[in-house]
Amino acid sequence: MVVNGKKLHFETQISVVELLVHLNLNDTRIVVELNKKILPKTQFTNTILTDSDEIEIVGFVGGG
Amino acid sequence: MQVFVNEKIFKYAEISLFELHGIHKKDADVIILNGFPTNENAMLKDGDKVTLIKRGEVLSEDELENLMMARHTPQIHEKLKQATVAIAGLGGLGSNVAISLARIGVGKLILIDFDVVEPSNLNRQQYYVSQIGMRKTEALKLNLMQINPFITYETHNVYVTENNVENLFNSADIIVEAFDVAENKAMLINNVLSHFPAKKIIAASGMAGSFSSNLIQTKRPFENLYLVGDEVNEATFNCGLMAPRVAIAANHQANMVLRLIIGDDEV
Repeated sequence: MVVNGKKLHFETQISVVELLVHLNLNDTRIVVELNKKILPKTQFTNTILTDSDEIEIVGFVGGG
Repeated sequence: MQVFVNEKIFKYAEISLFELHGIHKKDADVIILNGFPTNENAMLKDGDKVTLIKRGEVLSEDELENLMMARHTPQIHEKLKQATVAIAGLGGLGSNVAISLARIGVGKLILIDFDVVEPSNLNRQQYYVSQIGMRKTEALKLNLMQINPFITYETHNVYVTENNVENLFNSADIIVEAFDVAENKAMLINNVLSHFPAKKIIAASGMAGSFSSNLIQTKRPFENLYLVGDEVNEATFNCGLMAPRVAIAANHQANMVLRLIIGDDEV
């Protein structure tokens, strides 16, 4: 799969939540696009990723 | 020949500045010819622009609107007038975005915040000492009315959650994310992009401190998500938010709104 433009490969099936843990990202401070479509936060757990998937993750820091 | 007097066109064969003053507004004590104040008479040329102002005079809505319109570009102004922009959060980002959008004449601004003006806000937010304790929605609307009374303001004194996003932002063409807390930014963007596949949201992340202005950029990570900021420098105890960088980020957001309204979706 491609995550933020970088190729990643996992030996076993991986969900979006597991990917975020792997990348050490806090799931409350990000938005995720899966294959150019927004992935609602409620679907992070049950969305299983495949090698052909393209994931774009945008993180936010506080201040405004 | 044609001359413009207070932005309206008049035709004369030959006329001097003082004759024009006598005909159109003889009580005016400020005469501006082609952008420069003057006390000297001169023969006018085709295309000259004369503005006649009486100091302290309260102008009618029509007159004021005509004079203000002078700085708007006609085709752009029509598009701006038709647009509705929602601003979520009226702090350092939102209050500055609102002022720029009001000045350029965006037709309707939806202003959303749950908070009141506090002394600690004044280092970067567009409020005054006299407004401490007022709801930000009310205080900002008053300030914006002093800048542009000819556009529509809708205010919502409410905390935005995933339950009210659909109702609050339904009528907006473009949404500006101007929250302070990272989790709220992510929540709003998630819900806006999920509920409204056709709407664009302009968010901001990373504008604290006094780092280089040039680190602040506008990017487009998703089709409908624009992101302004340096993406790194968050507000912390040792690195606070300050007027210059927050206003730079806010006006990156405002300019992206302007570009989208006039039909240019590139960053």
